[in-house]
Amino acid sequence: MSINRRTFLSTAAAVSATLATPMIARAQSMPRVVVVGGGAGGATAAKYIARDSNGAIDVTLIEPTRSYYTCFFSNLYIGGFYEFDDLGHTYGNLASSYGINVVHDWATGVDRDAKTVSLAGGGSVPYDRLVLSPGIDFVEDSVPGWSLAAQGKMPHAYKGGTQAQLLKAQVAAMPEGGTFAMVAPPNPYRCPPGPYERISMVAHMLKNTNPTAKILLVDPKESFSKQGLFEDGWQRHYPGMITRIGPDFGGDIVEVDPDAMTVSIDGVVENVDVCNVIPAQQAGLIAQAADITDGNWAPVSAYDMSSKIDPEIHVLGDSAAQGAMPKSGFSANSQAKVCANAVIAALTDARAFPPRYANTCWSLIETDDGVKVGATYEASDEGIVSTSSFISEVGETPETRAETYRESLGWYDAIVEDMFG
Amino acid sequence: MSVLSRIAAAASVLGALSGPALAEADPERGEALYRPCAACHMIGEGAIHRIGPHLNGIMDRGIGMVEGYRFSEIFEEAAAAGEVWTEMALDGFIANPGGYLPGTAMVFRGIRGADDRADLIAFLIQEGGSSEAPAAAGEDTGPSPEVAAILEFEGDVAYGQFLSSECTACHIGQGGDDIPSIRGLTPTVFIAGMVAYRSGERQHQVMNTLAARLGDEEIAALAAYFLSENH
Ligand SMILES: Cc1cc2nc3c(=O)[nH]c(=O)nc-3n(C[C@H](O)[C@H](O)[C@H](O)COP(=O)(O)OP(=O)(O)OC[C@H]3O[C@@H](n4cnc5c(N)ncnc54)[C@H](O)[C@@H]3O)c2cc1C
Ligand code: HEC
Ligand code: HEC
Repeated sequence: MSINRRTFLSTAAAVSATLATPMIARAQSMPRVVVVGGGAGGATAAKYIARDSNGAIDVTLIEPTRSYYTCFFSNLYIGGFYEFDDLGHTYGNLASSYGINVVHDWATGVDRDAKTVSLAGGGSVPYDRLVLSPGIDFVEDSVPGWSLAAQGKMPHAYKGGTQAQLLKAQVAAMPEGGTFAMVAPPNPYRCPPGPYERISMVAHMLKNTNPTAKILLVDPKESFSKQGLFEDGWQRHYPGMITRIGPDFGGDIVEVDPDAMTVSIDGVVENVDVCNVIPAQQAGLIAQAADITDGNWAPVSAYDMSSKIDPEIHVLGDSAAQGAMPKSGFSANSQAKVCANAVIAALTDARAFPPRYANTCWSLIETDDGVKVGATYEASDEGIVSTSSFISEVGETPETRAETYRESLGWYDAIVEDMFG
Repeated sequence: MSVLSRIAAAASVLGALSGPALAEADPERGEALYRPCAACHMIGEGAIHRIGPHLNGIMDRGIGMVEGYRFSEIFEEAAAAGEVWTEMALDGFIANPGGYLPGTAMVFRGIRGADDRADLIAFLIQEGGSSEAPAAAGEDTGPSPEVAAILEFEGDVAYGQFLSSECTACHIGQGGDDIPSIRGLTPTVFIAGMVAYRSGERQHQVMNTLAARLGDEEIAALAAYFLSENH
């Protein structure tokens, strides 16, 4: 793994150099919480800390984008089941309803001794507790031949925003009978069923517009999330369209050439028309900059999501190494609530309650054919552990599958309200 | 709008159930579809009122006319207007209870498939009889002992608020077409629902898993918090 911190900091700075230096003058008497990253973990944590402390804690949320585009449901957008605009959500209500100080800037560093976060636009923000929920960054060179510079030719579409639009446009422009390739990531990565839901949605799109097209899924993993459910669904809905090349056939020895639009699998070169490269992942770079990572991720206590390296920093969501929970928006949201309760209890005289976590991930395979997997979790000294779980079954009735899909629509509305409402 | 015209409007929108659909309906399949109803209703010999009224003799009976149950205002209006549970009315109500009789105390999102509703109604008739020949009802003894025990607790509102944060990931505050909203439920209905999920009497993968780890104290805390929210 090679992270070049200097490059990261200088690009981040360049992006927001034009922004005015934010004024950071806040009441000194109140305890201060700074949250970095306004996604599934960060927005939820900021809202719950501000709301449930009844104004007794001063909350600052640092997030560079003005609209958060959810990764969840971006596959449904690709499949034509959801509008792109409906994926975007803004921070106005967090500021107006809960008094959160929303700063649109990049956090560039954390001074753990002085307890301050520095901003790309200049200045720094002091904290009593820091919450980091910066999502993921890609591990450089994990797919030889690919780098961020190639994301225009070979999109990842694995962070929120325009990448999903680019990928969809490329699929729409594929020649008749062309080939769509995906290079799937190694474990652990955000949203374990995500790549396979995407394969389903691309297949749905091609089935209607380009039925002789082929899908090549190159996968370094022996097995994957909801595999039985996906493979059953692909068989039923898209027979003959999808070929998966696992590690037994070289799916773990991959190279790409974005200029030539080729994928080489264990030395065999394939020409492809679209190539979706989802690289290996690591904690958002600000977690590396804060020096609270061990390897690719930030280890945390299962009891309150506090960093094992600096207990005054909490790490949520994808960046955290917490144990058994999958890296999902649902998980990040669940962890944020445990963290918020712990932070409020630490900084005020409010009560702390025993931590509890849950997750459910829905995936759409084809119109009205939804599946889900979920579990409840609790804290232990060894990390977060699963207490009970469930998964959809092969052979469920169409009514059940349609009901499951509708549940996912209800969940999307609810979690967005939970984060931003 | 009067209750009558509201019902007529809703029925025409839904393109309701026709006679033949019911004739071909399958009460065996309907029995499986009745599962979610069982959380609130009893039907058949010895049935009594629970959260909802027992459903014996429902077909062709006046809406909200069964003895010994306190119906909501909209049901009382319908009863006063002499409305009757025809196939069409049952179909419309079961499809979307809150849309059909706005303000009903039956907080249930409804059954969307027309064939499913036909099978379910066939089961209601088979099991509970029609108004002419209803199955014999039993004697009401109040909420089940399990629900009564939880009602006894004084719920811890602050703990309930923390616990409720697990629920708001899926249950939206208002509305909620795809997952029912749970804000307006009375404590008895809420507790009976959670107990039914916990025991598996009402089946749903997500809710069974979540309810399984809620003790009586936690369900009481949640009920107290949601109740405090309504005021
Ligand atoms: C295709 C796809 C489908 C998915 N589907 C689902 C699904 O159906 N269900 C589900 O539960 N999950 C799903 N996920 C996973 C989900 O999107 C993530 O797990 C979730 O967003 C993680 O939350 P987070 O808070 O850790 O990070 P994010 O939500 O990514 O938020 C991180 C935020 O931090 C900001 N940030 C990063 N660095 C800095 C910095 N230095 N300074 C300031 N701000 C910074 C970013 O701009 C971003 O807004 C999906 C993911 C993908 C890619
Ligand atoms: C969450 C509890 C709940 C569930 C689940 C539920 N009901 Fe109800 N039901 C009620 C309540 C409460 C009433 C009384 C309505 C009122 O007073 O507004 C009612 C009323 C009714 C009535 C009218 C009874 C009468 O005598 O007029 C019918 C018919 C009915 N329900 C059918 C069903 C069917 C069929 C299902 C399953 C598909 C179902 N209900 C699921 C709570 C429920
Ligand atoms: C992962 C999503 C999810 C979460 C989290 C969740 N629910 Fe549910 N809940 C559902 C779904 C879906 C249904 C409808 C299930 C059915 O058909 O029986 C439901 C139904 C219910 C009902 C019955 C409502 C009715 O109208 O009959 C109650 C009560 C309820 N949930 C309470 C809760 C509580 C309390 C929590 C938090 C402890 C919670 N739920 C968390 C998805 C969820």
